[in-house]
Amino acid sequence: MEPFDPAELPELLKLYYRRLFPYAQYYRWLNYGGVVKNYFQHREFSFTLKDDIYIRYQSFNNQSDLEKEMQKMNPYKIDIGAVYSHRPNQHNTVKLGAFQAQEKELVFDIDMTDYDDVRRCCSSADICSKCWTLMTMAIRIIDRALKEDFGFKHRLWVYSGRRGVHCWVCDESVRKLSSAVRSGIVEYLSLVKGGQDVKKKVHLSENVHPFVRKSISIIKKYFEGYALVGQDILENKESWDKILALVPENILSQDHFYVSLQYNEKGDHFNFQKHHSSLQRWEYLKKAASQCPSNIKNEKCGPWLEWEIMLQYCFPRLDINVSKGINHLLKSPFSVHPKTGRISVPIDLQKVDQFDPFAVPTISSICHELDAIFTSEAEKEENQAESDIKHRTRDYKKTSLAPYVKVFEQFLENLDKSRKGELLKKSDLQKDF
Amino acid sequence: MRTTRAGVGGRKVSGRDLRASRFRFRFYKKSPATREGGCQTLCVVEFAVVAGNKMEFSGVKRRKPWLIGDQRKASYPHSLQFYLQPPSENISLIEFENLAIDRLKLLKSVENLGVSYVKGTELYQSKLEAEIRRLKFSYRESLEDEYEPRRKDHISHFILRLAYCQSEDLRRWFIQQEMDLLRFRFSILPKDKIQSFLQDSHLHFEAISEEEKNLREQEIIASSTSLGGPKLELEYVYKIPFADALDLFRGRKVYLENGFAYVPLKDIVAIILNEFRAKLSKALALTARSLPAVQSDERLQPLLNHLSHSYIGQDYSIQGNAGKISLDQIDSLSTKSFPPCMRQLHKALRENHHLRHGGRMQYGLFLKGIGLTLEQALQFWKQEFIKGKMDPDKFDKGYSYNIRHSFGKEGKRTDYTPFSCLKIILTNPPSQGDYHGCPFRHSDPELLKQKLQSYKITPGGISQILDLVKGTHYQVACQKYFEMTHNSRDPDLDNRRLLTACPVLGMYALPTMPTVGTIFKDIVLREQCVVETAWMVYMTGRRDLESSLEDGGTEAS
Repeated sequence: MEPFDPAELPELLKLYYRRLFPYAQYYRWLNYGGVVKNYFQHREFSFTLKDDIYIRYQSFNNQSDLEKEMQKMNPYKIDIGAVYSHRPNQHNTVKLGAFQAQEKELVFDIDMTDYDDVRRCCSSADICSKCWTLMTMAIRIIDRALKEDFGFKHRLWVYSGRRGVHCWVCDESVRKLSSAVRSGIVEYLSLVKGGQDVKKKVHLSENVHPFVRKSISIIKKYFEGYALVGQDILENKESWDKILALVPENILSQDHFYVSLQYNEKGDHFNFQKHHSSLQRWEYLKKAASQCPSNIKNEKCGPWLEWEIMLQYCFPRLDINVSKGINHLLKSPFSVHPKTGRISVPIDLQKVDQFDPFAVPTISSICHELDAIFTSEAEKEENQAESDIKHRTRDYKKTSLAPYVKVFEQFLENLDKSRKGELLKKSDLQKDF
Repeated sequence: MRTTRAGVGGRKVSGRDLRASRFRFRFYKKSPATREGGCQTLCVVEFAVVAGNKMEFSGVKRRKPWLIGDQRKASYPHSLQFYLQPPSENISLIEFENLAIDRLKLLKSVENLGVSYVKGTELYQSKLEAEIRRLKFSYRESLEDEYEPRRKDHISHFILRLAYCQSEDLRRWFIQQEMDLLRFRFSILPKDKIQSFLQDSHLHFEAISEEEKNLREQEIIASSTSLGGPKLELEYVYKIPFADALDLFRGRKVYLENGFAYVPLKDIVAIILNEFRAKLSKALALTARSLPAVQSDERLQPLLNHLSHSYIGQDYSIQGNAGKISLDQIDSLSTKSFPPCMRQLHKALRENHHLRHGGRMQYGLFLKGIGLTLEQALQFWKQEFIKGKMDPDKFDKGYSYNIRHSFGKEGKRTDYTPFSCLKIILTNPPSQGDYHGCPFRHSDPELLKQKLQSYKITPGGISQILDLVKGTHYQVACQKYFEMTHNSRDPDLDNRRLLTACPVLGMYALPTMPTVGTIFKDIVLREQCVVETAWMVYMTGRRDLESSLEDGGTEAS
């Protein structure tokens, strides 16, 4: 893959927006079949230009208007906001208080930085194949809940370009949800609570809600590979002390607990070391944690502690502020990440386990690919302008961007199908043939 | 609409639609020749809250014929309701008041019981039921001929909305008590009646079938904390869109599947109450916006103000005021904060070093009400009287006894309350050499005008006040005076001003002091048409105020 140099962005973006950005599909998405008048025209976009110039309240009349503007301004970053009551680019002409955000997709932002307390391989903006599993688990858990519990049908998962993933839920009814309900949904999906000063972030009650139970079974599939092998969370004293810190005092102080772990807290010599792999230590820990303490009342006997540890290390962490505001702006799919050069591409849910963020094309790589093809073809063409138009619609297909656009198109197909189904239902009711 | 009295008081407010399609209020008065049950005037009130574009407009001028038999049952099929539709029949002003008072009594009981007993316990339930029954409101589904109580319940709720929409505090209180009342009624609703009640209330909660329940039994039990153990067969479970169960699903207290929440009966109550609260809150906001139309009608204005004044939130008693002012503050307070009647009394006292009996009673009780202690009062009066060359011994013998008596330290030990406005206006008019009474009532208009000018009221304000005086609206004139002399737009001040047009005290509450509500009788003279409204407004547990006011201050010295 061609190395990415941020200095080249202006040139690369020029090419990207002229030849590669999938405008047709993009417009098809945000227009939502044109069912609601001015839905696209009232949508807010924001652009971040060169030198960090940020402009809000951008709006466009149609697809070609969008294209022209994007090609003219060459934005480094594109964000999508809400659908407002009026055209955002005319918001200053509207009477005070009348300009309101009305609808928007329900969005989620999962960021690897939020897991810094539980991942040992990387920190901050860095990611690697070892900790990427956290995203995989997050996608599986959240997507299952959105689909099976909430009944949401149109969910688009997108790689953010650096260290996380976004989810766009685009069902018609969902776009109309109030801020309160959106907050409620995030609350429903939240289990890990507390910041830096809180050691134990997950507390389960005796009654385990089906959502929690199903999430745990998903985590179980990955736990061994991710946590015990990849992260090796019981590798040494430093790392397993962190886990033991999650065990409540009254269990920790029980004799039988130490016996199970064969851990002698007094000296340096302890038998936990005997079991060399995290896997084996985990087995012991599980057993110790689930034993019923004889003299402690009100203590749950069973796998709760084990689950709490698993959840703290693996359960998704959502940023509520991103999801609850109807007017919140979120990075657009197919936007470029200015630091990594990677394109924010849709993730194929059927192949989520195989998704590799390092295989995602960068803007330099696809431009390079395009150049290679284009130069060879253009030699054959006389009329440059003609070839421009002819090729534009098929250009991205010749690059590594193609499969991702295909995922996007599948998502759009489903939206269309749904919409047609709804219209049919409505016309049936009205007996409108 | 027939208005047979053209004089003051015969008013017609028709079709005034202040906010487009919001509130329509019609009010008119029939000839006094029609009598009903002892009241001398039949006043007809008809109100309809208009929601959205739906116009609820009744052109009926006559009283609706009594509904009979099945018609009655059909109009109120349940013992409880969500009050979605406002009443549209005609009732007399007397009934209007009585319904309002009764419901107020009920809501106060609801509040009291709610703090004295744990809600939902047997004791609470039985006491609340007894109270509802006593006040003749509806509560039980299965009783026969519940038309009257249900109708009463319906109308009284809407009347109280008018009074309780006016401030955030009032709304909160009203909503809280109504919710508790609804919760109780719902709790005694037979299970098989629930479905039809929900349907009739346009709430789309469907109970799911046995099979559906069995399929999800484990999940539902695991999700709902209110279910104790595997007793699902006995419970109804309702399937509702998840967004309608926000408070349940956000805390993962309900099972969600495919966008629906499967809510057991116990939890459905919480949802219903939330729905109710949201709807009522919205309705109150709407009503508040339309309120100016109602308040501008001076028949209803005192009615509604007094209703809402009965709840002040705390027991503001005179004792609470004691010791809050010092004697040297009185001079400045008299010009800045006293009502004109007290201002004039104070001035006269300072000038003449003396006041006659009527003046001493009126002013003395006022001073007590604003916080003077017995010691301070004795000092105050003695100092002043001595300046008038009175013998200190004579003061001790003749006057101090009375002062102590009015503080409840002598005789039958009644702690007298200050005079109400109406007592001042209607009884014991001043004669030459007297300075008590109500300046707006008892002063010659020319003299009043001069006085107001000397108080630096603007000419516009003075003419407004004089108009009100001409229309015998003395208390409103006094309120106007208050407005003119207090520029503050402090809403709290406004509320306190509105709180009691009656006790002179309340109107001029000093900023540091709470206001005092009280019980009073309101007799308004409107030319030859007498509308007698008997108001019994309760302060929580202050029934003794009632009796004290009956003879307040009439004890001979």
